[in-house]
Amino acid sequence: MKLAVSLAYLLAAVLFILGLSQLSSPKGARRGNQTAAVGMAIALAATLPLLHFTTAGLVVTLVGILVGAPIGAVAARRVHMTAMPQMVALFNGVGGGAASLVSIVELLDRSQHPAFQLALPSVLSIVIGGVSFAGSMVAFAKLQGLLTGTPITYPGQQLVNGLIAVVILGLAASVLAISSSPATFIPLLALALLLGVAFVLPIGGADMPVVISMLNAFTGLAVAAGGFVLGNFALIVAGTLVGASGTLLTKLMSDAMGRSLGNVLFGAFGQVQAGAGAAVGTEGKSVRAGSVDDIATLLAYSRRVIIVPGYGLAVAQAQHALKELVDLLEGRGVEVSYAIHPVAGRMPGHMNVLLAEANVPYDQLKEMDQVNDEFKITDVALVVGANDVVNPAARNTPGSPIYGMPILNADQARNIVFMKRSMRPGFAGIDNELLYDPKTVMFFGDAKDSLSKLVNAVKAA
Amino acid sequence: MSTDPLNEFTFFVLAVFVGIEVISKVPTILHTPLMSGTNAIHGIILVGAILIASSAGDAVHVVVGLVAVILATLNVVGGFVVTDRMLEMFKGRQAPPAQREQRPPSGR
Repeated sequence: MKLAVSLAYLLAAVLFILGLSQLSSPKGARRGNQTAAVGMAIALAATLPLLHFTTAGLVVTLVGILVGAPIGAVAARRVHMTAMPQMVALFNGVGGGAASLVSIVELLDRSQHPAFQLALPSVLSIVIGGVSFAGSMVAFAKLQGLLTGTPITYPGQQLVNGLIAVVILGLAASVLAISSSPATFIPLLALALLLGVAFVLPIGGADMPVVISMLNAFTGLAVAAGGFVLGNFALIVAGTLVGASGTLLTKLMSDAMGRSLGNVLFGAFGQVQAGAGAAVGTEGKSVRAGSVDDIATLLAYSRRVIIVPGYGLAVAQAQHALKELVDLLEGRGVEVSYAIHPVAGRMPGHMNVLLAEANVPYDQLKEMDQVNDEFKITDVALVVGANDVVNPAARNTPGSPIYGMPILNADQARNIVFMKRSMRPGFAGIDNELLYDPKTVMFFGDAKDSLSKLVNAVKAA
Repeated sequence: MSTDPLNEFTFFVLAVFVGIEVISKVPTILHTPLMSGTNAIHGIILVGAILIASSAGDAVHVVVGLVAVILATLNVVGGFVVTDRMLEMFKGRQAPPAQREQRPPSGR
């Protein structure tokens, strides 16, 4: 029996790996996710023979599944594509929380002090899972607008966070060395939760892609650690795969911001910008606001247009209106593509999902490296709800907080049309000199409204 | 199942390499589905949650087990469903109608 179970777990792990490798192209991707789901079903079924149900246990298991499954399915079905980052954060958090609880129960059930090779993964799973749960919930609250998206800071914050971390290390050491009583690992979990909250609070909305990726890696590692605790091979492999994926994404995202991970996590943007604001020196410069008809004509008679979408597009839910405009332009023979910055939006790949929902074919979505040389030969760069990802300060202003971040070369296009709600600077709080460029035309208003107006005007042009 | 810690550590190390190898081939365009798909995969903690919940005897186990199973089930079901919804949307450039026209009529 045990052999059969082990083989089933192995099969599940293989299916996870195969599923992930099918994600290497948009064509096979959906099947990849289904492959992984089959793996999950096999792993769950294989667990059944290992269970020794008590009456209470049977009820608890069934009730848990019957409560969790419909909520998960309905939430996943109903959520708007624009709200995807917070949904991902939420599903990520609950996994971390579950890992933490599983390890706690395992420790509770030991009558004597666990051996080091059991105590270590238990502690890791409790702490990392707890941090991931609480951190994801804060990220969810920020993305959902329940908390402000700007960094929440207070004096001595770093010191407080550092202290929490030190106490956690102390408690962890005591669990490893001597204690296995709830008196130590319950406070350990409580502090991990506190740390999760404390460390995501000062991180601003624009840095969310990095944080979400990292929390994703955390949950993966917490689950892998849980696998060590339970001696379960499937958990180890699956959790580790997720940990590797999250770690890679974290690195890609912080590279795309031109900042180190440490800077993203601890360098709350709010503090840096005070010094840099003056360096940009845009006072006294004026911007040029264009009328709907001017901009529609400009677009309609262009040969090549590149769209630069940003988080503002998601906020305004304007992806369908944008697609309508693009269809019109293409109907007139304008060549249109989309330039996607890796950290545009609130999670890795956010803009791609949003535009895919509006039926934009994926071969029209171009990555930064693919598209950056094309701006030179482009008539109009249409910036919709993006700001920092086209801010030339990243190239030219050494004191700027975004200095060093690779940006889209929208400034090289012959014309730039900026669709913005107001002159308010982007999430990083940095003034954008591109707005004052003589080639730039501003088009103020809600992105969805403005795009609908443009659609009508282009039809008439 | 194996209870030898060294064996487990071997699985872990190998999985790290396989993970990096597989994930680095995923194109940027699919990063969101990758994240939410891997999210669903770490829902495997449901296996652990069921293991602890099934043998629940006292009140503490019942409560903790119940919460763990609910959270993990949310994770698995929500994760796979939401990823499927996303991936369903990714389509190439008007390929299906064009191909259909070129293809000779079938079934004759």
